[in-house]
Amino acid sequence: MIPRPRRVTVDGNEATAAVAYALAETIAIYPITPSSPMAESCDEWSAKGRKNLWGTVPRIMEMQSEAGAAGAVHGMLQAGSLSTTFTASQGLLLMIPNLYKIAGELHPFVIHVAARTLATHALSIFGDHSDVMACRQIGLAMLCSATVQEAQDMAAIAHAATLRSRIPFMHFFDGFRTSHEVGKIGPLGDDVLRALVREEDVAAFRSRALTPDAPVIRGTAQNPDTFFQAREACNPFYAAVPGVVDDLFAEFAALTGRVYRPFEYEGDPAAEQVIVIMGSGAEAVAECSARLNNEGAKTGVLKVRLFRPWSVAAFAGALPDTVRSIAVLDRTKEPGAVGEPLYQDVVTALAEARCCGLLPRSCDPVVVGGRYGLSSKEFTPAMARGVFEELRSEVPRNHFTVGIVDDVSGASLPWDRSWDIEPDDVTRAVFFGLGSDGTVGANKNTIKIIGEETDNFAQGYFVYDSKKAGAVTISHLRFGPRPIRSTYLVGRANFVGVHQWEFFDRMDVLDVAAPGAVVLVNSVHGPETVWAALPREAQEMIVARKLKLFTIDAYRVARESGMGGRINTIMQTCFFAISGVLPREEAIAQIKKAIEKTYARKGSGVVQKNFAAVDATLAALHEVVVPEVADSPRRRPPVVPGEAPDLVRRVTALMLAGQGDMLPVSAFPVDGSWPLGTTKWEKRNLAQEIPVWDAGLCIQCNKCVLVCPHAAVRAKFYDKSGLSAAPETFKAVDFRSATAKGMSYTIQIAPEDCTGCTLCVQVCPAKDKANPRHKALDMAPQLPLRDAERANYEFFLGLPEPDRQTMKAEVKATQFFRPLIEYSGACAGCGETPYLKLLTQMFGDRLLIANATGCSSIYGGNLPTTPYTTGGDGRGPAWSNSLFEDNAEYGLGMRIALDKHHEQACELLRGMGADLGDDLVTALIGGYAGDGASIVAQRERVIALREKLQGRTDEAARRLALLADYLVKKSVWIVGGDGWAYDIGFGGLDHVLWSGCDVNILVMDTEVYSNTGGQSSKATPLGASAKFAVSGKELPKKDLALYAMMNGTAYVARVAFGAKDSQTVQAFAEAEDFPGVSLVVAYSHCIAHGYGMHHGLEQQKLAVESAYWPLFRFNPRRTAPGDEPLKLDSGAAKVPLSKYLANEMRYRILERSDPDHAKMLQEAAQRHVTGHFAEYERLRDAMRVPPEPSTN
Amino acid sequence: MDLTTDYLGLRLKNPLLPGASPLVDDLDAVRRLEDAGAPALVMHSLFEEQITLEEAAEMADVDAHEYSFAEAATYLPTAGDFTLGPDRYLDQIGRIKRAVDIPVIASLNGTTPGGWTGYAQLMEEAGADALEINVYFLPTDPAETSADVEARLVDVVRRVSGAVSIPVAAKLSPFFSALPNLARQLHDAGARGLVLFNRFYQPDLDPEELQVKPTLELSDAYELRLRLRWLAILSACNPADLSASGGVHTGLDAVKAVMAGATTVQMVSALLRQGPGHFAEVLGFFNRWLEEHEYESLAQLRGSLNLSTCPDPAAFERANYLKVLQSWDGRPTSAKG
Repeated sequence: MIPRPRRVTVDGNEATAAVAYALAETIAIYPITPSSPMAESCDEWSAKGRKNLWGTVPRIMEMQSEAGAAGAVHGMLQAGSLSTTFTASQGLLLMIPNLYKIAGELHPFVIHVAARTLATHALSIFGDHSDVMACRQIGLAMLCSATVQEAQDMAAIAHAATLRSRIPFMHFFDGFRTSHEVGKIGPLGDDVLRALVREEDVAAFRSRALTPDAPVIRGTAQNPDTFFQAREACNPFYAAVPGVVDDLFAEFAALTGRVYRPFEYEGDPAAEQVIVIMGSGAEAVAECSARLNNEGAKTGVLKVRLFRPWSVAAFAGALPDTVRSIAVLDRTKEPGAVGEPLYQDVVTALAEARCCGLLPRSCDPVVVGGRYGLSSKEFTPAMARGVFEELRSEVPRNHFTVGIVDDVSGASLPWDRSWDIEPDDVTRAVFFGLGSDGTVGANKNTIKIIGEETDNFAQGYFVYDSKKAGAVTISHLRFGPRPIRSTYLVGRANFVGVHQWEFFDRMDVLDVAAPGAVVLVNSVHGPETVWAALPREAQEMIVARKLKLFTIDAYRVARESGMGGRINTIMQTCFFAISGVLPREEAIAQIKKAIEKTYARKGSGVVQKNFAAVDATLAALHEVVVPEVADSPRRRPPVVPGEAPDLVRRVTALMLAGQGDMLPVSAFPVDGSWPLGTTKWEKRNLAQEIPVWDAGLCIQCNKCVLVCPHAAVRAKFYDKSGLSAAPETFKAVDFRSATAKGMSYTIQIAPEDCTGCTLCVQVCPAKDKANPRHKALDMAPQLPLRDAERANYEFFLGLPEPDRQTMKAEVKATQFFRPLIEYSGACAGCGETPYLKLLTQMFGDRLLIANATGCSSIYGGNLPTTPYTTGGDGRGPAWSNSLFEDNAEYGLGMRIALDKHHEQACELLRGMGADLGDDLVTALIGGYAGDGASIVAQRERVIALREKLQGRTDEAARRLALLADYLVKKSVWIVGGDGWAYDIGFGGLDHVLWSGCDVNILVMDTEVYSNTGGQSSKATPLGASAKFAVSGKELPKKDLALYAMMNGTAYVARVAFGAKDSQTVQAFAEAEDFPGVSLVVAYSHCIAHGYGMHHGLEQQKLAVESAYWPLFRFNPRRTAPGDEPLKLDSGAAKVPLSKYLANEMRYRILERSDPDHAKMLQEAAQRHVTGHFAEYERLRDAMRVPPEPSTN
Repeated sequence: MDLTTDYLGLRLKNPLLPGASPLVDDLDAVRRLEDAGAPALVMHSLFEEQITLEEAAEMADVDAHEYSFAEAATYLPTAGDFTLGPDRYLDQIGRIKRAVDIPVIASLNGTTPGGWTGYAQLMEEAGADALEINVYFLPTDPAETSADVEARLVDVVRRVSGAVSIPVAAKLSPFFSALPNLARQLHDAGARGLVLFNRFYQPDLDPEELQVKPTLELSDAYELRLRLRWLAILSACNPADLSASGGVHTGLDAVKAVMAGATTVQMVSALLRQGPGHFAEVLGFFNRWLEEHEYESLAQLRGSLNLSTCPDPAAFERANYLKVLQSWDGRPTSAKG
């Protein structure tokens, strides 16, 4: 292997993966945040032929779920292969059964966990210990890392220790805080790994492999006579682990100079107050303790590294016996327990240590437990100080929380938010950017430059909001002469970069600035006018804190250098030019070097443009003369409008302003239930250009409404009289309809919710004959239109909506109905949301959605604001996300509950028949149907029923009143992506397919795990490159629709709205109407395909025209003579497959890296597509019901 | 017969070349062309504009999504030490060179001064034996004069010729006001050869969809006429090697092109229609024809019907126009005879 440099700049995931890869032969992987990058790194290294410590390239196997990965790993170990895997959160829970087996059989093995919150009242992708703590009873050794350096080092210790001890290890570190923190570390050379991993241990492991050459049997079943004793036989192995780890720590220290202990104490040797803590928070406590001790306190921190097996002796030996009070901080919550797990262990260990004489009897500290840092909640030295202060009180509070304000249980400790102990010689910089402007990438580059080209240490941590379009990023960077231990966000920055001018109006970006800090602003305003353009609050902050203000029109520099909207290099150059971290000339040379390294593979043109941008930057950067007083008449606008509901103003608005940390416990629903329709209060104004409607040219097809991913294009027809109060610029035209004469028609844009994706313009078929470049929808700059269109949109929303009874299953008709998912955080041009929007338009008033985890659960349900909303009657989609793997079952459960409610209501109705009127009862029982007209009629009957039940106190009436609404049929849609449907949830989906229950399944197939960054699924097509299939997928995608069709009893359709929208609408209607299971597999273009989403509809067309994605509808009930149960809605290929593939980067990647292999795969893909379509045709013909024989 | 031909300083076995086409992407086809007697290969053009567009598209459609979302730093894998841009083309030069023993003439269509010279140098480094500069420029700006267009072209040839040590040929369009003068300027600027002519892609219109449809039609034999005229004119007055490109489908076409003054004759459409094996048939016919017509050498044929040697030079000049018009009898062609 190539010798590694002395220092590297990596994140915790990469640091860990590098060791795991070097010490494994076989690796089973599955993506889950925040551990996915470890698996991705291994897969990429393997694809590039990187070898492990023994000179062989590890074999990587992606599995269908974490449960699958655990099973595979178990098999790998059983057959004698050094194996590892990576996971987090729910993924870890899915592995538990196999981990028990692996431990029970004493297989040496390491699982690396980026510890993450378990979903409870809500999902959270962020870090805490709730997942690993759910595994503490398994019998794994558990070794915890607190920093990026430790993540690498403990990974090596774990791999060596498991081979020596035979006990499998879980090596874990804090998700995001450590897994995603970029830091400068001393890398481990192969010599160190070789010294730690003894060949005799490897040989011993090999000798135990299950092999027919020397067979044993493992996995027996045992009875009461023997199981217990056999279970106890492993005890000596566990007893040896602390010693093994301690020995390895000693060897490691000799090799590297870095000293670790199973329990590591840091602080005053005669400390009176000690905090026991595990993970990254220990560093914050250590910083706090050091400062307090400097001020005369006697404090310390006991860091837990080897959590299992817990060595009472090691614990007691590490704890100063002067301690009078101990706070045990747990990064997890166990409702109902005596205390959280680490607390319970410490209490027990102390009792045992005193009892066994490991601690003097005089050492009898008060022990309290507290919770901190759930879901990556900030944990700072100030919070640690709050804990130490509590420990000094006479009766310290037990079972406290720190870092939040709990005004419900009163459990939270106070802390001084202003207490800041960061040393002055550490440069602290915070950058506010947009995902699309490249700020984070540039900052990662900056860290590499400073970390690897200077003696400074560097740290980077990046915070993202939860939107996929227009995401705000906040980068926290530190540079300093010593290793950086501050495992929390920068609280007081001496450099603040505001890379988007609009942020001044959205949040308090300067709050983080330390007095005298430098502020860099990207603004169209020049140095003379920028001051006046700032809102008053920002000016006041600048004056009060004596901030130095610099401005640059980075977008202009980017445009002129050919960089489009990428301002990353420009802002990075500015940072180096004015922060003084490096001499200016040296910094610029280093930036150019980094540019060359980063962009060489993207082409010399890209490198040259970046160089040009660097060269043009300094001339465009200006210091602003700051006046002595703030004088702007303009104040920052409110985050949400005054008319927003109370909860939105009190709670959501704070989250939107980046101040969600300030909200107390009482602000929140107790069970995770939130009101619908909150995206409407967040006007993000993402689009630089929005569509403008030419009413005269429009042919009123409503296709633009259908394709809009964000429900920002709407259509209505209405009585002309409705126009009397219309704003001056509101557009309307005569409605072209044979049935609704004399009405007006309007296409209206939601100007502040549009993302500017242009799909509506792309789909618009109405061209000006004299100038076909002009269509009925053209893009135009948003800003000049914003105010007028905002008023127009408000007016439009007030216009009457059509009667649901009139809805026909046609594109145009459905698009007059209000979308009940709107303004989501999905990507601009998203290929999924149009399907969901259609779903809500067609059935939204009676819809329950079970949503698998993934993109659709994030843009569908990630706070602060959520897009599902209600119609005028207050009804709307009832949406819920349970987990990733269980979604089909979850939705089935909903159906069963609904059916049971309905059944009971009918039973009650029958029982009360005479009292209620037999006609009404008969009508109610007979009127249970799912079409729009029946629903409306049935609701009226239920109103009549409620009137009759009014005032009745008998039990039957009361029970019926609770169930009456279930007499109106509800529609259950089970929704998710291909990762769920094809892979992790396939078992459940299969079961539901065979249930016969009346549920509908919508699979939005992006052909990769989109939400976690484009990992291959079984839906990934042959020849495409994806993460975990870097060298191109070798097998065709699984044909889920065909599989479901073979079930023979389910309705199945395959659709692509961009290719044939009418077929999509028809399939949705038929699926809903079908009285059994329905499955709709929907082509969803996605940014992970690697092309501009404005071409999404064209690609859908090509997918269908090349016969790659045949459209069909299979209805097993079409059994009449002459019927076709399988209707092919698209024909044989009109274009070669290559025409479709050539436009997408996922196919072109391989063409570039391995053209011969790409050609071979693409030819195979073409053969498959041709053969596959022919198969469909044969199937259609075979299924066709023969016509009735002629009677003649 | 000895068909040895010196073209751009390269010694070729015969004057027939497979012209710039996608055939060179396939090494099997390349080998078959060599087996069929091709004395050299002309690669299809590397378009600087395409590289630039691809780079820009990647920046906008791939890079812009990176580091935007906590769960996904990127959405596509980054494996393989591949690069965007010219590398694949350059690699292919090397692959062809390794696969066959005949010279490879690379082809470049640049858009910027740096692009022209930079890519030309890369092609030379990759092993190209000569370089064809494919000038494909459509003037749409009314402020731009024909002199501007010509000056830019000459400048490109001068820069590229100065930047590489391999011979350079310029592939031209027929749409110049004074081609002989331009040809002289190009030769003076360093062009060792001129390729007549490139074929502008002529878009069609879709009246139903109100769209312009990009189409590419293969050449037909009629297109040879234009080449014959200019080969005849230029070979009489310009020392540069001339290569006929466009409309050569048969051995007889090749004979005509050489007679008009072509040093080499490039074939594309016929090979695309009939496969690389067709090359041998054309070459065989060419050889036989010369032998059957008792030519002593290829040199005897070359330029034998150009402007300075043909019995009726007016046929290539304006007088011919008048003559042809006067001979028109107004009857439909099919009704003749």
